[in-house]
Amino acid sequence: MLAKRIIPCLDIRDGQTVKGVNFVNIINVGDPVELGKLYAEQGADELVFLDITATHEGRKTFVELVKRIAQNLDIPFTVGGGISEIRDAEALLAAGADKISINSSAVRNPQLIDDLARNFGSQFVVVAIDAREAHNHWTVTVNGGRIPTDRELFSWAKEAESRGAGEILFTSMNHDGTKNGFANNELAKLSDSLTIPLIASGGAGSMEHFSDVFTLGKADAGLAASIFHFREIAIPDLKHYLRERGICVR
Amino acid sequence: MKIVIIKYNAGNIRSVDFALQRLGISALITDDHDEIRSADRVIFPGVGEASTTMNYLKMHKLDALICDLKQPVLGVCLGLQLMCTHSEEGDTTCLGIFPERVRKFVALPDDSASFKIPHMGWNSVSDLKTSLFRGISEADYFYFVHSYYATTGADTAATCNYLVPFSAALQRDNFYATQFHPEKSGATGAKILGNFINLKV
Repeated sequence: MLAKRIIPCLDIRDGQTVKGVNFVNIINVGDPVELGKLYAEQGADELVFLDITATHEGRKTFVELVKRIAQNLDIPFTVGGGISEIRDAEALLAAGADKISINSSAVRNPQLIDDLARNFGSQFVVVAIDAREAHNHWTVTVNGGRIPTDRELFSWAKEAESRGAGEILFTSMNHDGTKNGFANNELAKLSDSLTIPLIASGGAGSMEHFSDVFTLGKADAGLAASIFHFREIAIPDLKHYLRERGICVR
Repeated sequence: MKIVIIKYNAGNIRSVDFALQRLGISALITDDHDEIRSADRVIFPGVGEASTTMNYLKMHKLDALICDLKQPVLGVCLGLQLMCTHSEEGDTTCLGIFPERVRKFVALPDDSASFKIPHMGWNSVSDLKTSLFRGISEADYFYFVHSYYATTGADTAATCNYLVPFSAALQRDNFYATQFHPEKSGATGAKILGNFINLKV
């Protein structure tokens, strides 16, 4: 049976992880490769590396980093941040990335999804959507949730799918950072309307939240950052918990 | 031992090379016919579209070359599909090493929330045959990402279930192939690559 995926997300700035302070077993907690390998050994099913560098030099550092990740990591990984053209994606593919994630650039230029899917295949293209709810309306936001757009979550997700996205990564800005659980109602509605896999993000605070996101939220994968980085939840414990509740995990 | 990875217009070739490097094995990535023919092991990886890839293989006369190889050959993902007889992707006549046909996954409307396409993620396999799976059990998981699958038949060396039972691995004579990505399947995948390299010839 296809297993539900657990995906830790690492924020990278200038080639170093931004979070991740509570690790005792690795020497350099700032090194994304060391941290990635540790997560892989613990049973993470995939990893997401998000480049939050703003400078051109930082971007070049990131491509070098992606190559080192590809050499050292034996599970699939997605990279995101600052991809706005085909040649950005090409450099990351050449460096060994399995998938790329696009967010604001896809909203600004939806044709980018078609172009990336045609050039590299749908399996390479994850469309990340940050959305915020107000008065029962889910507005798609860009620039890390700071700027609202005139797009609506459900129609944008369907459009991204029809343009060739291979996966949708939905983050609820209402739930992100709250640790009160994922946006299960919206996730279930999205999952029912999409034919491609759905990654849930935003709100993970306990193991029960993951169990809920796979049952109530009908998500194919659950993504989180701080609860893994700060060792609030260990991946082997989480897998054990989910398995005991009849959820198929690796 | 000389290990060759066939170089062609497909993605994912570097990943296989990196996985071999982690096993301490250095491989040659080439499309040179003499280099491929003289290798002890040949790996035919790939992510891409069937018809454009087959056209590329034909243009570079790699199609006949691959079929004539006598040493152990390992196809991965698209590699497996191209080693079958025919693919629905682009209505493509493939290499015909395995009699299987390649079909597109179709989810029934009722199944669409539980069976997303592509089949993406970690799945287990059953009915393991061949020494490729030495040391591996049906409790182990492999990483898959594909929208087309090979049917099952006499050459099926491992079966996976997703909407339908399909060939997760195939084997005939010196030809081996996996639909999953051993290079991305953690320690279990590394074992598959190691088993392939260590096949008794």
